[in-house]
Amino acid sequence: MMRTIRYLLQKEFKQIFRDKSILRIILIIPIVQLLLLPLAANYEVKNINLSVVDNDHSVYSNLLISKITASGYFKLQSYDASFKKAMGNIESDRSDLILEIPQNFENNLIRDNEEQLFVAVNAINGVKANLGGAYLNTIVRNFNGDIRLQLITPQKINPMPVIEITNANWYNPFMNYHLFMVPGILAFLVTMIGGFLCALNIVKEKEIGTIEQINVTPIKKYHFILGKLIPFWLIGLVVFSIGMLISYLVYGIVPLGSIAMLYGFVAVYLLAILGFGLLVSTFCQTQQQAMFIAFFFVMIFILMGGLFTSIDSMPPFAKIIAGLNPVSYMIDVMRMIVLKGSGFDDIKFHLLKIIGFAVVLNSWAILNYRKTT
Amino acid sequence: MKAVELNEISKTYGKEKTLAVDAVSFSIDEGELFGLIGPDGAGKTSIFRILTTLLIPDGGSATVDGLELVKDYKKIRSRIGYMPGKFSLYQDLTIEENLNFFATVFGTTVEENFELIRDIYVQIEPFKTRRAGKLSGGMKQKLALCCALIHEPKILFLDEPTTGVDPVSRKEFWEMLKRLKSKNITIVVSTPYMDEAALCDRIGLIQNGKMLSIDKPDEIIKSYQNKLYQIKALNKYALLKDLRAMENTLNCFTFGEYLHISFKYESDKTSIELINSLTSLGHSQIEIREITPGIEDCFIQLLKN
Repeated sequence: MMRTIRYLLQKEFKQIFRDKSILRIILIIPIVQLLLLPLAANYEVKNINLSVVDNDHSVYSNLLISKITASGYFKLQSYDASFKKAMGNIESDRSDLILEIPQNFENNLIRDNEEQLFVAVNAINGVKANLGGAYLNTIVRNFNGDIRLQLITPQKINPMPVIEITNANWYNPFMNYHLFMVPGILAFLVTMIGGFLCALNIVKEKEIGTIEQINVTPIKKYHFILGKLIPFWLIGLVVFSIGMLISYLVYGIVPLGSIAMLYGFVAVYLLAILGFGLLVSTFCQTQQQAMFIAFFFVMIFILMGGLFTSIDSMPPFAKIIAGLNPVSYMIDVMRMIVLKGSGFDDIKFHLLKIIGFAVVLNSWAILNYRKTT
Repeated sequence: MKAVELNEISKTYGKEKTLAVDAVSFSIDEGELFGLIGPDGAGKTSIFRILTTLLIPDGGSATVDGLELVKDYKKIRSRIGYMPGKFSLYQDLTIEENLNFFATVFGTTVEENFELIRDIYVQIEPFKTRRAGKLSGGMKQKLALCCALIHEPKILFLDEPTTGVDPVSRKEFWEMLKRLKSKNITIVVSTPYMDEAALCDRIGLIQNGKMLSIDKPDEIIKSYQNKLYQIKALNKYALLKDLRAMENTLNCFTFGEYLHISFKYESDKTSIELINSLTSLGHSQIEIREITPGIEDCFIQLLKN
């Protein structure tokens, strides 16, 4: 029995290493994805094009404008005489935001202690508009605070109690997006390589007809399946290691938690993903079918797995889907161990769920795999 | 004990219940070379897939090497060798690796049963490090035969082994089968080529999932009920049309440069009368001669009935 499995593995590895294009994909995908995606996927919005309509032309309005442009987030696109003109800039997509400073801005601000600013946002690009508006708010608030300090002579006891909020970004003090993205992308990588390769490989045997020849042999079902799972399980771990190495060399990311635990979790997670690939392969007759079905699921897994958008902000039905999505647990655990240094106690429920996925997906696949039709 | 025995085996496909195998019964003796002859889509491959435990029949029962088909399918698998119609070895493994692989999955080694495949293997041995996908059609077929034989099966199932193979390789292949037969291996082979039928011990003619006739090739030929003539004239197409229009013609079809024809009523004068009437229809250079029918003639006649 061991001899059969050993020989099946030998054959599988020979085939994998002879398929040069697959081998290249295995090596190149992690490198390209890890170099490209974290650098491109950045939530920080910069270069927001701003149009200013200054109806006041005072010292304070100038001060405000220079404070805004000095923040680095905004690019002063135009300095318009009227709101209408500024609107024209938004319509022609040259600017994203309009800040209108009303007449008598300075006077009102000093005399009445109160003034209103008008901000119009081009919401076509929702993220840019939202964040731009929020940045602008913060800057104006700071500006306001600065003025108060200058105008009001400080008293021993402040008559108006002020609550000021400062924040600190724990686990990622500089809000470094690479630190946030890279572990997630690593999870994504392992999913793609494991799921796709496994599904396609088995369907290829069906397509070429070699499975026919295998099926008339006394090979046991679990021999055949183990012979398929083990090679891709190992490849998955190799790809993961390459990814870890790149994230260390390029981004300087060293997991805060135990590396052994990380590998342990990935090892179990790969079993679940390979089970998924296996299941897909039992439903398909051609590689094209398998490719599309696997692509469909992996797409949903990734987009709803919390890699790009937070699961916490999803509507309830999406949270349920995310709960049934093994990738979301993987991404979560990756971030927990790498960024936070979480221990076994923190991830044990994740692990339990992934074990559940592995058991269910693999048994379903084995039940569904038939040697006879 | 019979090597293979089928009893009312049926198989339908799909929702439309297309009948691929229609209550087929026959048996094959041990050490026999049995041919399943029929056109494409007759149900040959379905019968092969049922007997090799790849397809579960909808009805009927069968035994292979004395073992119950459905119940003992696991045991059957180690006693049979199967060579599917489509080349289905690993194209990215070499000849040697394929052979070793199949020996291993059957729990044996190449050395153990080398005697059986020696004759065939020596022909492809010079290329043993070449990948199977890069071999010529004839070599692929020899490799497939080696792989099907490597575990010393008692019964060998060959599904259209000579389709798409050149005439010389085909001849060689049948000689190999004869040698295997002498080693007391039962061989079941299917083919669409009628000329190969004569090389089998017994043949079964199959059409639309039904067995038309099962017998020795000679007996099938003897059972041809009418006299058969071959006929030739200058304008072959006009001749065919005219002959088919004649009332007395039972059947008439082209066969190489001749037409083969049988008549409904026959007398001593039939051929002379025929020549006369054809001459009056404007045909020239008419030749007619009585011949012994071949398997193909029998097959066509069976189809007509």
